[in-house]
Amino acid sequence: MALSAVKKIDYPQVPSAAAAKPMVALQGVQMAFGDFVAVDDVNLTVADGEFLAIVGPTGCGKSTILNAIAGLLKPAKGSVTIDGAPVKGAGGDIGYLFQQDALLPWKTSIENVELGLMFRGVGKAERHEKAKGWLAKVGLKGFEDRYPHQLSGGQRKRVQMAQALITGPKVILMDEPFSALDIHTRHLMQNELLRLWQEERRAVVMITHDLEEAIALGDRVVVLASGPRSRVIDSFPVDLSRPRDVAEIKLDPQFLELYKNIWASLRGEVEKSYARK
Amino acid sequence: MHANSVRLIQLVILVVVVGGWQMGVSAGVIDRFFFPPPFEIGAQIIRWITDTSFYKHVGITLTETVLGYVIGTALGVTAGVWLGLSRTSARILDPFIKGLNAIPRVVLAPIFVLWLGLGLWSKVALAVTLVFFVTFFNAMQGVREVNPVVLANARVLGARKGELLRHVYFPAAASWILSSLRTSVGFAVVGAIIGEYLGSSAGLGYLIAQAEGNFDAVGVFAGIIILAIFVLIIDQILDAAERRLITWRPNTEERPA
Repeated sequence: MALSAVKKIDYPQVPSAAAAKPMVALQGVQMAFGDFVAVDDVNLTVADGEFLAIVGPTGCGKSTILNAIAGLLKPAKGSVTIDGAPVKGAGGDIGYLFQQDALLPWKTSIENVELGLMFRGVGKAERHEKAKGWLAKVGLKGFEDRYPHQLSGGQRKRVQMAQALITGPKVILMDEPFSALDIHTRHLMQNELLRLWQEERRAVVMITHDLEEAIALGDRVVVLASGPRSRVIDSFPVDLSRPRDVAEIKLDPQFLELYKNIWASLRGEVEKSYARK
Repeated sequence: MHANSVRLIQLVILVVVVGGWQMGVSAGVIDRFFFPPPFEIGAQIIRWITDTSFYKHVGITLTETVLGYVIGTALGVTAGVWLGLSRTSARILDPFIKGLNAIPRVVLAPIFVLWLGLGLWSKVALAVTLVFFVTFFNAMQGVREVNPVVLANARVLGARKGELLRHVYFPAAASWILSSLRTSVGFAVVGAIIGEYLGSSAGLGYLIAQAEGNFDAVGVFAGIIILAIFVLIIDQILDAAERRLITWRPNTEERPA
């Protein structure tokens, strides 16, 4: 289902990052917990409609960057702006796809999907209608009244996607969103995600430790140094054509070339982070 | 084991214990002054429950229990949620709470009688002090154990403080609070009964105290059994309420798809 949907639609080529207006901008951001500095002097710009993938060794503070953009954490130094406006606390124009199960376990799928609209004061009938549409969009028609514990891991991820996207956020953040899923479900969900994203392009910042995923999904891959005091050390544009199929694109020679280049940069950091342990 | 055989064994145990007791009394092995025969106790219970004035006593104890329970729970949940959310207040108040909780509640009964008289409210007050702490600690724990990812998600989705309370903290704490509600029902009854026992003119505790004053072991035992049934019925009601309120929790019959 997901595959055919991806192939049918013809999309314009990826806009270059420089041409589109910057949607997310981090300037000299430092994230610290007491004396521990997780990331330091991070400068990143994500254009509107750009899919940015951040890779880095485990424990390099990748998630803190997302949390700063989401307004869940305050940077110790530097500034974070979304669409030109500085981030002030959580609840802005953001969709966040968490790594762990983040659904409210005491609410049904449809109630979970409705939440964002409810907090924005959308009327009951309207948000119900929209949430129903979104559940159908992620392939969960008929699952409206199931509680999260009655759904499989992949289904819960779908509900989370619908929940994060229903408000039409300007920026979508993803923190290793599919790492807990088995490989087949993961491919399915990645294709699904690409399909939804291509319907209405937004700025995406995705964190992953899976380089294949980063290249298969992203327009650009950024490499973070190993922590502490992690920073951006490299940035690689991914000019693979879209729409892509994540399972097939891995066989593309261009993909392999990119993989080699980025891995050369990432490997040193991964080794450093192991050496520290 | 099969449900029927479980029931059967339970019945056998009951018959053996009660029958053995009855026979022991008839044979003169067991002193009937201290352990009156079960049939006499049964007869006393039937005499009570066929007598309308008995229900006045039940009604009074029930009122005290329910009032103590509701007030104690409401205060406990409020204080628990508040201190669960505000770590600073919790740190400041911690020694006082521990100190108050360390007081054996029974010794407060005379003070409550002094303050509130021999009527209903001194019993309610005692029940409240017992119920409060159970609910309080559970509510506080429930709020503190909210899944941080779920909380972050709700915040990102735009929930404000009041909405977080309503949609995240309360439901998350609900199962903790509900489990404490079960425990605290017993405490509410204990509070009401001890209060009555120490000084009152009506209620089940008063009936027991009166029987004891007359060296009437039959009355004491009958009162104890009535109380046990009383608590069991309340427990059943709460059980039904819990099932209705927490529908989202997985149970053994429902496996994820």
